[in-house]
Amino acid sequence: MITVVNYGAGNLRSVENTLAEVGATYHVTQSAAEIDAAAKLILPGVGHFGQMLRALDDLGIREALIRKAKSGAPFLGICLGLQAMFESSAEAPEQKGLGLFPGSVDRFPQDARCPHMGWNEIVPREGARLLRNIGPKPYVYFAHSYYCPVIDATAATCHYTRHYTAVLESGNIFGVQFHPEKSGPLGLKIIKNFVEL
Amino acid sequence: MSLRDAGDPVELAARYNEQGADELVFLDITASSDNRDTMVDVVARTARQVFIPLTVGGGIRVVEDARRIIHSGADKVSVNTAAVHRPALITEVSNEFGAQACVLAIDAKRNTKGGWNVFTKGGRVDEGIDAVEWAARGEALGAGEILLTSMDSDGVQTGFDCALTRAVSRATKIPVIASGGGGLPEHFIEVLTDGEADAALAASIFHYGTYTVDQLKAELEKAGVPVRRTA
Repeated sequence: MITVVNYGAGNLRSVENTLAEVGATYHVTQSAAEIDAAAKLILPGVGHFGQMLRALDDLGIREALIRKAKSGAPFLGICLGLQAMFESSAEAPEQKGLGLFPGSVDRFPQDARCPHMGWNEIVPREGARLLRNIGPKPYVYFAHSYYCPVIDATAATCHYTRHYTAVLESGNIFGVQFHPEKSGPLGLKIIKNFVEL
Repeated sequence: MSLRDAGDPVELAARYNEQGADELVFLDITASSDNRDTMVDVVARTARQVFIPLTVGGGIRVVEDARRIIHSGADKVSVNTAAVHRPALITEVSNEFGAQACVLAIDAKRNTKGGWNVFTKGGRVDEGIDAVEWAARGEALGAGEILLTSMDSDGVQTGFDCALTRAVSRATKIPVIASGGGGLPEHFIEVLTDGEADAALAASIFHYGTYTVDQLKAELEKAGVPVRRTA
């Protein structure tokens, strides 16, 4: 059973459709108790860093998310759900992130075409569990204006004006900057890899 | 790829997805309210079986119209006529769903002064507005992408209007999708290189089976244009 966090801003339809397609059972929650009880957790994200973190605080689930991440249960952040794992973001400098990983999320430079929107190739690190058997030259779908720095936990990079973190993996904490739910068969495979962990 | 009235849209969407299309666009150019209910159903059924980005346009006048479409499973909505008449719509949609979900569709036609005018109502009404300026204004208002259709070349498959896409691309910092005129692989290569477009949309070339998506991509790849190959 996968627990999907609904903090109120994003549209969860495509994540739900994807989980249904790979044959996973799931439920959607806004409650700290259900997050604590989750066997596997997905934190999808779309929108604004500041709004998202404020919504997590308003729902009183920030601490539950941090506890879950540290519990060893598989935890996947998608897009803004990955960015939220860092300490802060240039999108809302006053707002604290979850702080699971060191560093700050930054904006692509002003002279770049932005958002970075479309298919781009990622370069996986060997042994990345989320990216098992995805084949050569993996292209996935991105839609974002802010990017996560490359850190020790980076499991795949993408290049758009610079190298940045496309996939993050540390123990059972995972994050993807792209949208696996919009990345065709490859995206389904990545979600399936997470479901089968 | 745009699905005009060329067969069951859900079935076509699934077929193009299998062929390796990168995104799908549903444009309902008639956009009556009856059709919108149909569209919501088509979008929901498509989103359950096709896992690539889906843009839906036609008749979106207020945020609630966009919300229905997005909640039925679309990733982006495109606004056109209503945004020309009330530009704040772009900002409203962008603020509510994010710039990445807000596509400004522009139908442009060459004028006698060497530029392009914006047309609305499915290309029937000349708004007397400069298309390149409108694109830049749309970006400032919050659009995250421009879907740019040349009314001069749309449907005739004799090549994109590369001067138009280049002008819009240089006037903006958001992705520009070229539409209208793609009939041969050379046309796509040209618009993605000389035309400086970030993506190209096509309908007829696929609907009538002239090329599959993958055949077209193979030609692009040979010409050195980076593409995602799936087949």
